[in-house]
Amino acid sequence: MTTFTPKPDLPPPPNTVGVVGWVRANLFNSVPNIIMTFVGLYVIWLAAYWIIDWGILKADFVGDKASDCSREGACWVFIQAWFDRFIYGFFPDEEIWRVNVVFVLAGILLAALIIEAVPHKGKIALFSLIGFPIIAFFLLHGGWFGLETVETEKWGGLMLTLVLAVVGIVASFPIGIAFALGRRSNMPIIRSISIVYIEFWRGVPLITVLFMASVMLPLFMTEGTDLNKLIRAMIGITLFQGAYMAEVVRGGLQAIPKGQYEAADALGLSYWQKMGLIILPQALKLMIPGIVNTFIALFKDTSLVLIIGLFDLLSIVQSALTNPDWPGFATEGYLFAGFVFWTFCFGMSRYSQRLEAKLNTSHR
Amino acid sequence: MTEQNANTEAARKVMIEMRNVNKWYGQFHVLKDINLTVYKGERIVICGPSGSGKSTTIRCINRLEEHQAGDIIVDGTELTNDLKNIEQIRREVGMVFQHFNLFPHLTVLQNCTLAPIWVRKMPQKEAEEIAMKYLERVKIPQQAHKYPGQLSGGQQQRVAIARSLCMNPQVMLFDEPTSALDPEMIKEVLDVMIELAEEGMTMICVTHEMGFAKTVADRVIFMDQGQIVEENNPHEFFDNPQNERTKLFLSQILDH
Ligand SMILES: Nc1ncnc2c1ncn2[C@@H]1O[C@H](COP(=O)(O)OP(=O)(O)OP(=O)(O)O)[C@@H](O)[C@H]1O
Ligand SMILES: [Mg+2]
Repeated sequence: MTTFTPKPDLPPPPNTVGVVGWVRANLFNSVPNIIMTFVGLYVIWLAAYWIIDWGILKADFVGDKASDCSREGACWVFIQAWFDRFIYGFFPDEEIWRVNVVFVLAGILLAALIIEAVPHKGKIALFSLIGFPIIAFFLLHGGWFGLETVETEKWGGLMLTLVLAVVGIVASFPIGIAFALGRRSNMPIIRSISIVYIEFWRGVPLITVLFMASVMLPLFMTEGTDLNKLIRAMIGITLFQGAYMAEVVRGGLQAIPKGQYEAADALGLSYWQKMGLIILPQALKLMIPGIVNTFIALFKDTSLVLIIGLFDLLSIVQSALTNPDWPGFATEGYLFAGFVFWTFCFGMSRYSQRLEAKLNTSHR
Repeated sequence: MTEQNANTEAARKVMIEMRNVNKWYGQFHVLKDINLTVYKGERIVICGPSGSGKSTTIRCINRLEEHQAGDIIVDGTELTNDLKNIEQIRREVGMVFQHFNLFPHLTVLQNCTLAPIWVRKMPQKEAEEIAMKYLERVKIPQQAHKYPGQLSGGQQQRVAIARSLCMNPQVMLFDEPTSALDPEMIKEVLDVMIELAEEGMTMICVTHEMGFAKTVADRVIFMDQGQIVEENNPHEFFDNPQNERTKLFLSQILDH
């Protein structure tokens, strides 16, 4: 009788691994690919050259008025001079610290949620969703604890963009879950209401929603109740976003096998226990890419509030561009706005990838 | 065993009573006048060709499927649209599925403690002790902190059995618990089921494991086209089938 001896594991051939192996296999493995590689490198070089030359080497960084610019390259003096407006809108200068406190608090909470080693993630998340918005509102709006009231008309810039986006994101999520569950409900009335809601909001453009929120909503209000413009915009954005979120959530729910519902039923779990303990936790994981996708879209869409007279980051940049003292800074202005938007959206995208990877490994 | 059952039958408690149960999927009449009485401690095996309505029958017992006519009474509670009754019955009836249906996002232990904690409102510590007891019974206590995806099919099915037992059910329903398993794992699951039967659990098993039926069952039920065709003790059922259809079926599954 022969015995079975497994062969020892050998390392792969050296020219197939490491940087050299990767470059050979991916960039120089065929004539068309070699051509593409060089064309690509050339394009990257052109772009990088322009950015470095125009944006750094020939650029002006010091000064406080348009005439301080040599105009050979970028003039970042424009951004510096308007920086506070871009970030804080028309918030009074001496109250800007309040916005900064909110920013720092948000940063700390975000870091606590992202950094793996920090314990009590659940509690932090709960505080971020409930405690933080309340604190942020009191700080920003003021009128309590001796803080001077800053009316929402004065809110603007990046701060307004973030307020709209965060409120829209946080508030649309429960709405989305509710209508997604409603759309899959056995009860015809609830299902119909959910379908009508979702299809209605998905059928109208956000611009229309914002117009309706600012023009038509007051018509439905009883005499004397004066909802301010910002809150109306928030309601509009949230209801609109809720419909999209509902479809994302529904997609996640549909991906859960029927057996999971049946096992939960067979154990005697109630509908809400089944959804909350079994279905949603699994579905949420599948929904992350879709959720982040809609959040990123929402974040960028907040710029549309311009049309109802709210000044988000982009609107403020645009109005600065029309200032007669600062002619011809469109490139710098739009690059700055674009860069800020990109940073946030890219951050969200990266975070979602990490979250996905993490949730995946812990369950396999 | 059978004689003893017959002697005590009158004194025994009826666990499940199905009277003229009918069910349709749309126009399709899937269950036709099902009558079945299961006494406490009885072991029933249901067999029959694919599509004959075996799964549908046992899934009606815990309302995973709704019947449209007839009565189903489980442990004295009638199955109606009343959610209270349905939840009451589901607490008392455990079910094991062909594809295990463990919750992949929870550990083995959490799978077992979830329903006792949330449905029976048991303190977590007690639920965990009970879960460990049953995981030992199905011989996998060392896997308690793993996720279902890390276990073999046979181990997953044993966890599924333990998960049901943790609710301390009066009845266990098995829907082809071994047909998704590789041959070498079938035995480990059947062994657990045999042990359970020996302890006196009331069981209804849909299975094609005729060896299991012969050793464990008090009664074997043969279904075809939504009807109960024949019903007998295993000895008579296998050696002396009364119906032509039963004979044909038995010759097909025993000879292949
Ligand atoms: N949800 C459903 N909608 C429509 N028809 C269904 C549904 N579920 C089952 N059926 C049909 O009902 C019949 C009985 O199904 P059932 O699953 O009870 O059969 P079974 O005896 O368990 O068969 P198998 O051995 O294949 O599991 C089959 O013809 C099946 O196609
Ligand atoms: Mg079946």
